[in-house]
Amino acid sequence: MKELFELFLAFARIGGLTFGGGYAMLPMLQREAVEKKGWVTEEELMDYYAVGQCIPGVIAVNTAVFIGTKAKGLAGAIAASLGVISPSIVIIVAIAAFIQSFSELPIVQNAFAGIRVGVCVLILSAVLKLFKKAIIDKFTFGLFAVVFALSVFTDISPILFVIMAALAGITVHVFFIKGGKAK
Amino acid sequence: MIYLRLFWEFFKAGLFTVGGGLASLPFLYEISDKTGWYSYAQLADMIAISESTPGPIGINMATYVGFTSAGVLGSVVASIGFIVPPLIIASIVSRFLKKFSENRLVKGAFYGLRAVSVALVCSALVSVAEISLINVPLFGKTGNFFDLISIPGIVLAVLCWFLLKKKNPHPVVILGMSAAAGIAFGFLGLI
Repeated sequence: MKELFELFLAFARIGGLTFGGGYAMLPMLQREAVEKKGWVTEEELMDYYAVGQCIPGVIAVNTAVFIGTKAKGLAGAIAASLGVISPSIVIIVAIAAFIQSFSELPIVQNAFAGIRVGVCVLILSAVLKLFKKAIIDKFTFGLFAVVFALSVFTDISPILFVIMAALAGITVHVFFIKGGKAK
Repeated sequence: MIYLRLFWEFFKAGLFTVGGGLASLPFLYEISDKTGWYSYAQLADMIAISESTPGPIGINMATYVGFTSAGVLGSVVASIGFIVPPLIIASIVSRFLKKFSENRLVKGAFYGLRAVSVALVCSALVSVAEISLINVPLFGKTGNFFDLISIPGIVLAVLCWFLLKKKNPHPVVILGMSAAAGIAFGFLGLI
């Protein structure tokens, strides 16, 4: 029980002190899970991190589940992932309640009109980084173009795109790619 | 029962979000379309807050959307719904970790999934741009090109872009600057 609580606390610290999740989390994970607690080795952490990006869900939660499982089985996984999300819940609820009560003020509305422009720029920058990693040949470019057009101009559910993309990726990878990129 | 519905919507989002926090955006737009719990403009504000506060963006978004839709309990239900699928999948995968990442089918699936994830985040970007930089309905009515784009918005976007590329500041710096610019534009009567 004590170790479960420690898992919860360690991951609450990680969730509460890292901005943006993903890569920003890695140094905190190294300190908490490898150096301080010895739950996993450095190599295991790298493996978890790599696989954590290759399965559905938030990378932070996936990594928490892997480390929690290694340390204390399923209960450990649950404790660690609840730890990751609790700071978010507390912080966001506090901010959301605060903003809700001021959202009618013109100055707040103008601030958010400006902020939405900033959000655009941040998403654009993230998209360009992802684009370079994911769009590596004609097939992935075609898939990108078709899904982008369909999702802007139709109401098809993103779930359908995700399922079709996985199937198309498997088909192309298995039948057309021999160890490298598609022709 | 809004809590059950929230849980179910975020369970689906958690199951099909691949490639990190921003990849959950298309699902959040879909939830807005289907339920009307929040508007696109509110969603853009939630993205801004989620980027500027600690914690994984995906979790922050789920919490915020949950709160906006159904209060404090809503935020708990949404974020738990969002992490249940990864919890189940990662628990199963952790049994055969090495084999999983070297599996040909898994590699193939992600070869396709990464491309679609970029496309979906791109379409979310279009939705944010539609409420901040361009005004299609007004342009449709007047046909005047200057009604299509928001000039102060474009100027601010270009400034943010150069700051981001030259100095690589934390997102909160970009958003703080945008907020100040928005307030200044308001005083000058530009928006």
